[in-house]
Formats: sequence, C-alpha cells, structure tokens
Amino acid sequence: MGEGAGRVTAHLPILQVVVPLLAAPICAVLRHGRAAAWLAVLASWSVLGIALALLGQVMAGGVISYHIGDWVPPIGIEYRVDIVNAWVLVIVASIGAVVAPYAIASVEHEIAARRIPLFYAAYLLSLSGLLGIAITGDVFNVFVFLEISSLSAYALISLGRPRRALTAAYRYLIMGSVGATFIVIGIGLLYVMTGSLNMADLAELLPGVWDSRTVKVAYGFLGVGICLKLALFPLHLWLPNAYAFAPSPVTAFMASTATKVAVYMLLRFFLSIFGAAFSFEVMALDRILLPLALVAVFSMSLVAIFQVDVKRLLAYSSVAQIGYMILGLSFASVTGLTATLLHLFNHALMKGALFMALGCVVYRIGSVHIDAMAGLGKRMPWTMAAFVVGGLSLVGVPLTVGFISKWYLILGALEKGGLWIAVAVLVLVTSVMALVYVWRVVESAYLREFSGDEGTREAPLSLLAPTWVLVAANVYFGIDAVRTAGVARQAAEVLMAGIGS
Amino acid sequence: MSIELLLALSLAVPAAGTFLILLLRRSPNAREAASLVTAGALFAIVLRIYGVVSSGERPAVVLAEPIRGIPIALEAEPLGVLFALIASFLWIVTTMYSIGYMRGHHEKNQTRFYVFFAFAIASVMGVAFAGNLFTLFLFYEVLSLTTFPLVTHAGTDAARRAGRVYLGILFGTSIAFQLLAIVWTYSVAGTLDFRTGGILDGRLAGIAVPVLLGLFVFGIGKAAVMPFHRWLPAAMVAPTPVSALLHAVAVVKAGVFSVLKISVYVFGIDFLAAAGASIWLMWVAAATIVLGSLVAFTKDNLKARLAYSTVSQLSYVVLGAMLANSWGVIGSGLHILMHAFGKITLFFCAGAIMVAGHKSEVSQLKGLGRTMPVTFGAFFIGTLSIVGLPPTGGSWSKWFLGVGSLEAGQVGLMAVLMVSSLLSLAYLMEIPLKGFFHKPDEPPRHEGIHEGPKWSLVAIVTTAVACLALFLYPEPFYRLMTMVAGP
Amino acid sequence: MSLDFFVSHYNYWVVIFLMMVGFYILISRGNLIKKIIGLNVFQTSVFMLYISMGKITGGTPPILIGDAHGGEAAGHVVYSNPLPHVLILTAIVVGIATTSVGLALAVRIKEAYGTLEEDEINRIEAQVEASE
Repeated sequence: MGEGAGRVTAHLPILQVVVPLLAAPICAVLRHGRAAAWLAVLASWSVLGIALALLGQVMAGGVISYHIGDWVPPIGIEYRVDIVNAWVLVIVASIGAVVAPYAIASVEHEIAARRIPLFYAAYLLSLSGLLGIAITGDVFNVFVFLEISSLSAYALISLGRPRRALTAAYRYLIMGSVGATFIVIGIGLLYVMTGSLNMADLAELLPGVWDSRTVKVAYGFLGVGICLKLALFPLHLWLPNAYAFAPSPVTAFMASTATKVAVYMLLRFFLSIFGAAFSFEVMALDRILLPLALVAVFSMSLVAIFQVDVKRLLAYSSVAQIGYMILGLSFASVTGLTATLLHLFNHALMKGALFMALGCVVYRIGSVHIDAMAGLGKRMPWTMAAFVVGGLSLVGVPLTVGFISKWYLILGALEKGGLWIAVAVLVLVTSVMALVYVWRVVESAYLREFSGDEGTREAPLSLLAPTWVLVAANVYFGIDAVRTAGVARQAAEVLMAGIGS
Repeated sequence: MSIELLLALSLAVPAAGTFLILLLRRSPNAREAASLVTAGALFAIVLRIYGVVSSGERPAVVLAEPIRGIPIALEAEPLGVLFALIASFLWIVTTMYSIGYMRGHHEKNQTRFYVFFAFAIASVMGVAFAGNLFTLFLFYEVLSLTTFPLVTHAGTDAARRAGRVYLGILFGTSIAFQLLAIVWTYSVAGTLDFRTGGILDGRLAGIAVPVLLGLFVFGIGKAAVMPFHRWLPAAMVAPTPVSALLHAVAVVKAGVFSVLKISVYVFGIDFLAAAGASIWLMWVAAATIVLGSLVAFTKDNLKARLAYSTVSQLSYVVLGAMLANSWGVIGSGLHILMHAFGKITLFFCAGAIMVAGHKSEVSQLKGLGRTMPVTFGAFFIGTLSIVGLPPTGGSWSKWFLGVGSLEAGQVGLMAVLMVSSLLSLAYLMEIPLKGFFHKPDEPPRHEGIHEGPKWSLVAIVTTAVACLALFLYPEPFYRLMTMVAGP
Repeated sequence: MSLDFFVSHYNYWVVIFLMMVGFYILISRGNLIKKIIGLNVFQTSVFMLYISMGKITGGTPPILIGDAHGGEAAGHVVYSNPLPHVLILTAIVVGIATTSVGLALAVRIKEAYGTLEEDEINRIEAQVEASE
C-alpha cells in the first residue's frame, strides 16, 4: 500500500497532464451530457489535487524532475516542476476545478444538447494543454501543448451562441496559429545554435552563444509569438471578441487561465531559458515592455469605459490587466516580478468571479448589455453582489486580492525611485478608471428600474455556488496574502536568479 | 471583559446590530429599538475604553495580517477615543432623531437605511481605532462604500448623479493620492504604524516632505479641502439624519481626523514644523475656510448653506493640524468635537423644519420661529457654537486655534479666522433672525405647522444643551488632547 | 555578401521566400479559405527550416552499421540528425489539425453568414450592430 502510494506520488507530474488528456476522449464518446459533465468535474478536481500535491512537494523538497519513459534528459523529454510552474499549475487547476461544475448548468442553457459532450472534451483538452505548457521542461513540448490548448480553445469559443462567435474563433485561430508558428521558428533557431530542446540544458548552453545574431532573432520570434498569445497590446485584437462571444464558462476559464499561462511562457523563456541577465542587460527587455505595458493599461482601461456589452468591457479590462503583469516584469526587480506572479493568481480569481457572475446573468436574462442589466441588483441580489465584490477587487480596494497586487506593483515602482513615481501614479489613475467602468455596471444594476421579464429570479445554486467560491477566494486571499505573496516572492527570486537585485 | 476584546467589539457590535435590524425588519418598533440598543451598547463600550485610555494605557489588538508586517490592527489612543466618543454618542441621538424623521417624512426602504447606518458607524469606529495607516485606509474606503447607499437613498436621478460625484471624488482621491502616499510612506519608513513623534523623521527630507503631506491631505477627500470638496454639497440629497450624522459628523470628521492623526503620528508635529512642510497647506486650508464661507452666503437652500459651512469649518481642523504645534493640534481636536455638536444641531433643526414646516429655503423661513420656537432656539445656540461665541463650546476650539496660529507666527491666519467667524455669523444668524423677527409674507401660510416629531425634538434639545454644557465642561476632552500633544 | 554565401544558404532563402508568401496571403486576402492556405504555406516554410537544418552534406540515414555496441564502424558514419524530422512530424500533425479546425469554422461561417469574404461578413456585422 505504502509503496503503491509512493509510486503514484512519483508519477504525479505526468498524471497532471494525462488525467484530463485521457478523460477528454471519453467525454467525447459519452453520449450523455450529464455523464460527460461529471467526468469532467471529477477529472478537473483530481487535477487540482495533483497540482496542490506538486506545490507541496516542491515547497518541501525543491525542484522535481520527471523523465518521461525514463529517457534521461536532454535526450528524453523532461517534466520539471519548480516553484514557478507549481504556482501556475495551481492557478490553472483551481480555475479549471471551479469552472467545471459551474459549466454544467450554464452549458445546458447556452449550448445545443448534442454538442455538450464535445464541449467537455474540448474543455479538458484545453485544460491539459495549459497544464502541459506549464509543467514541461522541453521547449518543443511547449509548442505541442500550446497547440492542444489553442485548438480546443478555438472550438470552445465557436460554441458561443451568437454567430459572431464563429468569426471571433476564426480570427483567434489565424492570429493564434501565426503566434504559435513564430514560437516554433524561435525554438528551431535555438536548436540550431545549441542542439538542445531541454530547458535546463538550453539555459546552460545559451550564455555561450549570446553574441550570435541567430539567438537574438530567436528571441524576437519567441517574443512576438508569445505576446500574441498573451494579448499584449497591440497584439490583443483577437481577444475582445473571443471573450465577448464565447459561452460564459469558456470566457471565465480562458480569461483566468490562457493568458496567465502565456505570461508564464514569457517568464520561462525570457528569464529562465535565456536568463534574466540576457533579457535585461543585453536585450533591454524591460525598456521594450515598459511603454507597451503602460499604453496597454491606460488605453485599454479607457476603451473599457465606453463599452456597453459588459462581457466585452471586462475583456478590454483583461487586456489592461495583462498590462499590469507585464509592467511588473518590466521593473526588472524581484518586487516587480512578485507583483506579476501575484497578479497572475489574483487576476484569475477576480476575472473568474466576474465572468461567472455574468454567466449567471446570461442564464437568466440572456444578455449582458448594460441597459439589460438595469435593476438586476434587486432581482438577482447574490449574482450582483458577487459582481460588486469582484469589481471592487478589480479596482483594488483593500480586503480584496486586487489591493494586494496593486500594493506590490506600486511598491515595486517606488523602490526604483526617481521618475518611476510617474508609473506608480499611472497605476493608480488606471485603478480609478477601473472604478469608473465597474461602477457604470453597478449603477445600472442598483440605481435603475428593472425593465425585463417580471418572472426574473436569482440564478440557480449550481451557478452561484462556484461563483461565490471564487468571490470568497477574492476576499480570503485579500485578507491573508502572506502565504500567496510568500510563494510569489520565492518564485520571483528563482526567476531573477543570477541578476543582482 | 478584557479591553482588547472591547476594542474588537466596538466594530463587531454595530456590525452585529445590522443583522438584528435585518431580522426585525417586519416590525418597525422592534427594529428601531434594536438600533437604539445597539447604539447604547456601543457608547457604553467606548466609554469603558475611554476610562482605560485616559489612565494612560493604549490597548491594541491585531485582527489579521494580509501582508507581512502590515496587519489590520486596532489601537485605542486619546485622539481616536475622542472621535469614537463623539460618533458613538451622536449615533444614539441621531437614531432617536431618525425615528421621528423617517416616519414623519414617510421615507421608503427604512430598514436598508438603518442597516447601512449601522455599517457606516462600524466603519467609523474602525477609522477611529485604526492602529496603522493601512487599517485607517481600509476603513476609510469601507466608510465610503457603506455610506453610498445612504446618499442615493431617494433613488432619483439627482440622487444617482450625487452618488456618482460622491463616490468618484472620495474613491478617486483616496486611490490616486492617498494610496500612493501610503505606499510611499511604507517604502521610505518600512512601517505603517502610528507612533508618537512620527515614523518619517530622518527618513525623508527636502521637497518630498511637503509633497507627501499634500498627497495625504488631498488624498483624504473626506476632509473636503478645496478643490476636492464637491462631494459634500452633493451628498446633501441624502435624508437629513444622514446629512446630520454622516456628512456633518462621522464621514467628514473621519476625514479631518485622519489628517490630524497622520500629521501627529506619521509625520510628527516637530518634524513637520522643522521641515516647514505644512505651510503651503496651511494657506490652502485658509483659502478653503474663506471661500467656503463665501459660497455658503450665496446659497438659499438651507442644507446647501450648512454644507458649505461644513466645508469651511472642516478646514479649521486641517489648519490646526498644519500649524504643527501643540496648541494647533489641541484646537484641532477640540474643533472636531465642538463643530460636531454645533453642526448636528443645525442639521437636526433643518430636518425638523423640512418635515414639520415643509420649508427648505432660507427665504421661506420668515416668522416660522414663532410657530417652532424650540427648533429655532436650538438653531440659535448651534449657530453661536459654530461661530465660536460664548456661552457655547465652540469658543474653546477657536481660542486654541487662534493661540496656535500666533505661536506659529502666522498673524495672517489669525485674520483669516476672524474674518471667517464674522462671515459665518452673518450667514447663519440670518436664519434664526428671520425666523423670530421677520413678519411672515402672508400670515396664513404657516397655519397647521407645529414643532417637529417629538423624538426629533428630544434629539435637538439634547445636542443644543450639549453645546452649552461643553462650554462649561471641556475639561475631559482637553485632557485627552493634551495626552496627544501636550504643550 | 558573396554569391557563394548566397548559394550555400539557398535552403534558408527558400524558407524566407515561402514564409513571406504565406504571410502575405494571410494578411492581404479577404477570403477565409485563402487565408488558411496562406497559413499552410507559412507553416510549411517552418517545416522546411527544421528539415533542412538537420541535413548534413553526405550524411546517411541514422541507422547503425555493424557492431551496435560501439564497434569500429559505428564511430565513423556521418548521419543526418533525425530529431528535426521527428519534431516536424509532430508539427505537421498539428498543422493538419489547425487546418481542419480552420476549415470547419469556415464551413460554419458560410452557413451562418452565407459568404466567406471578410468584407461581406464585416458589413453584415456592422449592419446588425447598427440595427441593435
């Protein structure tokens, strides 16, 4: 028994990916929607369990290196879990585990019955793809998992009810494939220079060829490709429509995980593989990202203010929030990176909660137009209360996770001194802009008369419960951020290793 | 009961009161009894804390620790106790007043009103007993949020617009300036605790000091220093008890209290005086005092006039803090107290005139004093206290502020204080004078008008008498303030 | 840049040419099917890049000759790197999957909008938005 458990524990890294990957085709062949749903719930919960166990192992015993098929790296593929990706795995798995049960009722309402098993298959594939990107220690493997997650994401988005979901998915497919191909080119060039695909191996070999133009070109291709995936302004054009027209659980899931994993890829490639020293000292990554991040945060917050479709409003807000994450990276300091990693987690929580609350609204009134939501505060008190808390978190009000992110971000800016105070001011000004766009919705919901169907009631418990789990997490990790900030800081130190700070 | 527990209870009791009120929403009598009992219990708790603190102790309790080294902590110190005493006592009085007012005015959603009122008081207690800057900021924001439903209580378009201005300015300034100032302070001092003598001395110098202080003063929008004062008149769309307790006492005083607390415990008055960092803000406050009075003059709407009078009077407190000497701080603290009682009396009277007399404009009040003698009598006493004339408590705070200005060598400020007192005398005294001595335009117009509801009348008389009593017995409060900044 | 350099790196020039052609089609064509074709050409150029870099002049297929346990002959055989081929096998599979998803979407779009021209679709969407 003990030995058996030990054997399972040793294989957790591969199980992390294989469990959802195998559950997906089973979902697809199950004819019954509910059966597929429960299988997906089961799979996603076990995935969360595995992710938490891995985080525990890493925190206790350091880096885990798992050799697939016992082929020793760098020849074989290695799964390598350190504190950074253990953290990302937990983020992705938690959101996956919360959205899966939420999807049951929501999907039955938004997607045709015959497609429901396929929905769960795509959902699990997407989940395993994202987890795979996070866990693998092999750069080509990253590409494969990236495509698994992206292809299933295209399918998921196209399941949205409005026909514009189709064009949104198509556009995402084109831009996403271009991004992925750029990444393959980058990987190929790295292979030309080093003859290796293993991340740890690459990290050792690359400093020897820093001067070569090929490495710099590879850096550029990878940068553009990944930034397309993470929707960094101005490569974000695919995102607003994709989020706005996808089915509600898909939006909640993607907004909280897909871009986060892309940010992880950025950090992994640029800070671990190329090395923080190369990125900041040779390639001047910080000076490239800083203006992009600032423009993203400011302009996208501004655009969000003028949206009337609330899902789209939050989509633009997501692009702005990604800007905050990149901003933290562009500080090129441990505090800044802590802010980035914290915001990965915190933004997943808040956007997850917000999009899920909107899913409840769609479930009842079929629209998230700001006028259609008028007076909903009285009709759907729990749903709108969830939206308010999530919104306050987005603004960065104390006692919510949003505040914690802002705190570290501003602290990071002030630490640098001098003109960086202007960056801190901009972060705060954009928070006020977030207040404006969140408040427009709140005002509509609470201070206007309800004009819709008289029979409109609160959303069912099966939707509310997962939503409130995330809302509660928003508050809990806002009050007790010592642990999350501790992990984020440790991860930031790992990433910044080799550069004085 | 341990004093630390009491400190936590000062937040928990009003918060628990909200549930009691919600539970009893079916029966208005029981609901309002619950409000009164909660208010009474809170006052008793604060009195007990006062007893401990006045003997020199500083009980503290940590509630949670969100970020390492920055806990959510409560600590009772003399200044906070003074503020808590005022707010909790006036909550009892205002609850009595509200019972009369809300029923007399047939307001809708009365339960929601009492619930958020109790929540607001809980956050005021949090502000009063905040043990560090972060906790102060936290409850400051919660206070903005919990008072928002009260401001928009009427649910009309005007209320919605006012709510937007209210939240926009209070949240906007606090996020854009105050939060920045707090993080800056943390990155310089490495702590956010309130300490006697401040935490910034020797860690910050040059132009940064006045800039940081400015961020705090303007970031605390609730202090209504111009140009961030617009929310206060906007908030006057709220029901009168809200205007009376929150926008004449609790919310605005939370603002100036924060300014005072930060000047004393974060910067330290000696450091401020030595750095000369507060001089420019002194003049901003002085300008607000004079401009506020001038605007008040032009307002015919009674509540609007009182609101601008509040804007002007609040800056007395800010000014006292910016003087950066003991007399200024003492005067400042006492002015929080004296103005609270004076202004709440005036608002109570304005509400009574609206409910019983259906009048909201100053020009309509001619001769009304003869039909509502108690109300107008109380208004007269309140006016004296705001202006700072004996035999009312207001004379003490003005006295100390004057001494403080001279000590700081700012004779010009002394002149500002005098001019503003004269102005306030003119725009406030007009009301009782009109009420008592002017003939009504058309005699039959006041028929059927009588004094306000009896619950309201009790409240009005209580606060008016308190204004007089504070002239005779300012001693306990003066002693509290000397514990903060002994001369 | 000598002619020699140009000629000896001809595989890279082919790759760059294909890449640009594919990218150009992708951007300039409004027809959704043509866009997918462009994407395919673009991806194929990357396959070429990988494959050609694994080839060594005179290299044989990577099959061990003679003694498998490090005998005399094994050390001297020059063979092409098999890894890029394997990788590209995967990438081709991924490419086919992408193409099929893209085509499936195109079919659905044709059903929903009655056209495959981007301009047409944008016009229809703008009309719907204006009428809302």
